[in-house]
Amino acid sequence: MTKVRVAGAGMTAFGSHPERTSRDLFAEAGRDAIEDAGVAREDVEGVYYGNFMGELSEHQGHQGPLAAEALGVQAPATRYESACASSGVALRQAVRDVRNGEADVLVVGGTERMTNLSTAESTEALAIAADELYEVRAGVTFPGAYAMMATAYFEQFGGTREDLAHVAVKNHANAVGNERAQYQREITVEAALESPAVADPLHLYDACPVTDGASAVVLVSEDYADDHNLDAGVAITGTGQGGDRMALQDRENVATSPAATEAAEEAYADAGIGADDVDVAEVHDCFTIAEVLALESLGFFDTGEGITAAREGVTTRDGDLPVNLSGGLKAKGHPVGATGTSQVAELTKLLRGDHVNSEHVPEAQVGVAHNAGGTVASAVVHVLEEVVS
Amino acid sequence: MTDDGEESVGDAGFDEFVAALAEGDGYYVECANGHGSLPPRRVCPECGSADLDETALPETGEVATYTKVHVPAPSFADDAPYVTAVVDFGPVRLTGQVLAAVENVEIGTTVEVGVRVTETRGDPLVVFEPR
Repeated sequence: MTKVRVAGAGMTAFGSHPERTSRDLFAEAGRDAIEDAGVAREDVEGVYYGNFMGELSEHQGHQGPLAAEALGVQAPATRYESACASSGVALRQAVRDVRNGEADVLVVGGTERMTNLSTAESTEALAIAADELYEVRAGVTFPGAYAMMATAYFEQFGGTREDLAHVAVKNHANAVGNERAQYQREITVEAALESPAVADPLHLYDACPVTDGASAVVLVSEDYADDHNLDAGVAITGTGQGGDRMALQDRENVATSPAATEAAEEAYADAGIGADDVDVAEVHDCFTIAEVLALESLGFFDTGEGITAAREGVTTRDGDLPVNLSGGLKAKGHPVGATGTSQVAELTKLLRGDHVNSEHVPEAQVGVAHNAGGTVASAVVHVLEEVVS
Repeated sequence: MTDDGEESVGDAGFDEFVAALAEGDGYYVECANGHGSLPPRRVCPECGSADLDETALPETGEVATYTKVHVPAPSFADDAPYVTAVVDFGPVRLTGQVLAAVENVEIGTTVEVGVRVTETRGDPLVVFEPR
């Protein structure tokens, strides 16, 4: 089986760019990734592109060809949609295709344009990641769904709003030096607790922002990297995907995310590692409670134990297992379709040593990216490892 | 959900389910292996059994989890804030809005199911009333 390397990574600044089209955002991120990789455009054999709400935000479907066009790449291009895990699933498909020998050079990325919608419109657009008949028509918003997961978690395992606030504080602190992050400023636990309620027990500072942005990575086969003397020192060694019932009401327990557990177990087995081998992680913290569920699904903490990880300093940048050194979705921003590959772009830089926060993980060799769709009805996990030459 | 006065097309299976709830004749779908699910179904989502029967929904359920939504989607603009909950009826769980102040709702609260219409658009809405 061919091994897969990440040869290049690119991201736009995440934030508010209401006037910029998806094709323009992706052109920037993709160009940066291709330049970073040092591959020839004509060698790109496919573009795998994640996007979630293009029909609603831009009245644009069929975005794959537009994505390739934006990069000046003449190659087949396909859009992948799996809600907030859209570019994560695109990446997984690309990893498998390189491994299978189907391609040597692929561009994988994603984009979302969201701030051209009003808050009400984006709330409605995001809600379509839930079950329309049984959840949306009952008034379940996306924060509302995660709020119900948090309520159930508190009831079963304990935990407080203050514990969740520490997750937000940690991720904001990590974003301060990240020039691509939407919020490069610290917040306090008090400010988080006092922010307006969105859906109890979640308040404004428990939620990721509405964001525009794009991200891309260039995957190459190991042989291609060697033949072209590419500086591609990070490999994707594990990939896994899990699924669950769409609606929360159809899950056995809404205080856990078994789809992510399944994805993590598959990715770890694929890479031949265990949770204990992981040095740094980027996890899908669309809400603070989501980071807690992710930490438990990834096997870093037992079920019911992840809630205090940030407060106790385990997952802070100086802790044993730094999580979301990019700032996470919470502070880096969450342009839905771009998030999965942005996590991998950030991890690649962290492992290469050219990320602003690499100094906090100087010895890191193994990174994990966790990307969830909806209320974790979809989950994708990837293992990245520094290539030791 | 009509616009411009055009007649709207329904959602077969689901519309009948909501109508039955409104009449106090709620049901769920039970497969040959005893798994419960909600319509429309052609096979059981748990085991794939195509042997499905409509079975009466228990009269009461218990709140499994809930939240008070302060920031709604536009279609619920005039309804907010409201309490939404997942309610456990044993074989199936159902999501709807609780007709009670959040202070009077907790996990385990016993409720009955019914149907009302939303304030904002007059759309059918599954509701729960504490018993």
